[in-house]
Amino acid sequence: MNTLVPTLVLKRLLVAIITLVIVSFAVFFATSLLPGDTATILLGQAATPEAVAGLRKAMHLDDPAIFRFLRWLLGLLQGELGTSYANKMPVAALIGGRFVNTMKLAGITAVVSVPLALTVGITAAMLRGSAYDRIVTVLTIGVISVPEFMVATIAVLLFAVYLGWLPALSLANDVHSLADVLKIYAMPVITLTFGVSAQMIRMTRAAVIETLNTAYVEMALLKGASRSRLVLKHALPNALGPIVNAVALSLSYLIGGVIIVETIFNYPGIAKLMVDAVATRDLPLIQSCAMIFCLGYLILITAADIVAIVSNPRLR
Amino acid sequence: MDKIANWGKSDDARVEDAIRRGASRRELLQMMLAGGVAMSSGVALLSRATDAVAATPVSGGAFKAAGFSASTADTLDPAKASLSTDYVRCCALYNRLTQIDKAGATQMELAESIESADAKVWTVKLRKGVTFHDGKGLTADDVVFSLKRHLDPAVGSKVAKIAAQITGIKAVDKSTVEITLANPNADLPTILALHHFMIVADGTTDFSKGNGTGAFVLQSFEPGVRSTMAKNKNYWKSGAPHVDSFEFFAISDDNARVNALLSGDIHLAAAINPRSLRLLEGKKDFVLSKSSANNYTNLNMRLDMAPGNSKDFVEGMKYLVNREQILKSALRGLGDIGNDQPVFPGNIYRNNDLKPKPFDPEKAKFHFQKAGVLGQSIPVIASDAAGSSVDIAMILQATGANIGLKLDVQRVPPDGYWDNYWLKAPIHFGNINYRPTPDILFSLLYSSDAPWNESHYKSEKFDKLLVEARGMLDQAKRKEIYGEMQAMIAEEAGTIIPAYIAGVDALTAKLKGFEVNPLGGMMGYNMAEYVWLSA
Repeated sequence: MNTLVPTLVLKRLLVAIITLVIVSFAVFFATSLLPGDTATILLGQAATPEAVAGLRKAMHLDDPAIFRFLRWLLGLLQGELGTSYANKMPVAALIGGRFVNTMKLAGITAVVSVPLALTVGITAAMLRGSAYDRIVTVLTIGVISVPEFMVATIAVLLFAVYLGWLPALSLANDVHSLADVLKIYAMPVITLTFGVSAQMIRMTRAAVIETLNTAYVEMALLKGASRSRLVLKHALPNALGPIVNAVALSLSYLIGGVIIVETIFNYPGIAKLMVDAVATRDLPLIQSCAMIFCLGYLILITAADIVAIVSNPRLR
Repeated sequence: MDKIANWGKSDDARVEDAIRRGASRRELLQMMLAGGVAMSSGVALLSRATDAVAATPVSGGAFKAAGFSASTADTLDPAKASLSTDYVRCCALYNRLTQIDKAGATQMELAESIESADAKVWTVKLRKGVTFHDGKGLTADDVVFSLKRHLDPAVGSKVAKIAAQITGIKAVDKSTVEITLANPNADLPTILALHHFMIVADGTTDFSKGNGTGAFVLQSFEPGVRSTMAKNKNYWKSGAPHVDSFEFFAISDDNARVNALLSGDIHLAAAINPRSLRLLEGKKDFVLSKSSANNYTNLNMRLDMAPGNSKDFVEGMKYLVNREQILKSALRGLGDIGNDQPVFPGNIYRNNDLKPKPFDPEKAKFHFQKAGVLGQSIPVIASDAAGSSVDIAMILQATGANIGLKLDVQRVPPDGYWDNYWLKAPIHFGNINYRPTPDILFSLLYSSDAPWNESHYKSEKFDKLLVEARGMLDQAKRKEIYGEMQAMIAEEAGTIIPAYIAGVDALTAKLKGFEVNPLGGMMGYNMAEYVWLSA
């Protein structure tokens, strides 16, 4: 094995780190542009100009922005996320449980949706032009076009209100047994799976079809390879890069983009936490959440790129 | 005509009734156009809530309720409580010296009596045999500590301004406290019934335990997520609470909250949007409880800026407001007609003789002509932050257009509204919650130095009357002065209060003992102590 692959991987990691620094800069300054002032929000009805000025000073809100940024970045590097403005609790403690909840939801959704999407996508590509393929295409377009809140609301009306099979709320802290997991996660996972797997199915199908059209697959066909060998042995490894990318993109959505599902099922996840934080102008909390979303996104995309590099036979 | 989706039996009845009364075709059309027609639907099923009170309480059960707002800023410190969810938790964990009952009268709670000869020096006698959750007995020191906290700027109390009139507070003996005010104020017993004046244990700095004298003991509390509590077995009020445990959280999405109630996940969903009432109509397992009118959305015209600096413009606007239509369509009938002053219906000091200005477009036009504003485009700022203000603005815009007044309604995002537009824009909307005394309302909203003087109204006479009435123990005389002040506000200030808004809580028919309270929805946020679950 030559040194090309490790070099490329290292380069890719370096790009990720530089991106993260740029993102942190953007997050910090974008949040400081939010209208409204933390000091007046904290003091509420009791706010007098003197009290506001005093609080601003005590919270270092009147320091130059670049100082505040550097202080914040230094803290982040030491794993110090700061203290919430709104309730004086450590941000890490506030995020902790909610982040775990979001990861649980994302994890279960991934376990359900990724195998499902890959199977459907690959089989649709193999049977291109068949009735099965056409049904899959129509259904995925249909599902992509239905907004999430609609799927979620209909699911609640059907399964919770009319049939009474599942609870309308997903109180993740009430999980005591496997039956609880199934009950509590069923509806949010179904809703999310609808949204993310449709994308994955389409991209997988497209990537496999593209490789099936290449000269070396045609060669394998001429050599007499069977249809499944053709796809699994010859086409799939070459389509892996784009497929993993599609999976990573879809999954990254699960970290920050599940706000609607969290709202409708009252699921205590991190996206809702960030929306709360924006409402109270709780800058340390907003910034930490934003960084977590960016970090999750970067890790997934970088991992996908590395898989693409490593799996590329031309680099071996 | 398109098929009307939002039409029910009650609407049929309403139209039939109107025809019987001899309504013209034009009136009928207007009725149908008025905000989806459904004005009377909610009110029709509200009546069923009343029979909930009659039966004998049953002990036991786990009571689950959902409010409408929560955030990571949620707190168990009563001084800092600012959202309805905070009030609900604090009411379950702590007690106050006094309480407001369903008729709006002040009752004693932790205090046995609160008395004064001059309205300046007050003696509070405490109830005996009351203990905190941690077993410590209630003493005068706890009351002194709890009240003094509000005076400390470092605490950040939400009622610091109201508490500032307390200049001296000391424990006379183990169960007597003496409170001295800067100036006489006969309202002190009522003021102490505000949620923020809950009594906490002497020396408390960590409020995460919720150690109070209240009906429930805290089990868990996660800000922005939920709180769980267990019945306080040593509660000093005999026979209360009825339920074994109380779980409270917020579901901010209106539909999700109603769905959770319908599916049986919760027993009570607070503050139902009038638009969602349809979901509950005709379902016999659920009841709706209309709370007394406890907030209002008002139109503010700053008197120190154009066009509000023209008396005729303000006058004209008061005639242009179609209060009936606003109550019927924007509020779906849930409320009372307003007469442009802030004392709520049902308050003992309300001036009920003060009639709202009639809807009279011709008179309005006359005044607008005098003010020279016809033909100009006049910006009006509305936002979802002030509930129903967008709907009210649209109604005003439409009525204004009929007489040539061009109102340019600008809908701005709720996020940051109170900081950036409220009190600032020349014409904008506000939303004010219930306050138990005229003195609080007037000093907050209309005196010359009021922090929330929405229309920048200034009157020396008004300021003088305010101080005069404050120290008066003679209630009849006070009522007279407050009545005069209400007339002054309605006539002179630049605020239009078209209607007082009532909230609606939805509950399962199994939940009994639920009443309405003027302090707000969810029984003045104090329901957990009183309700019970029937089998």
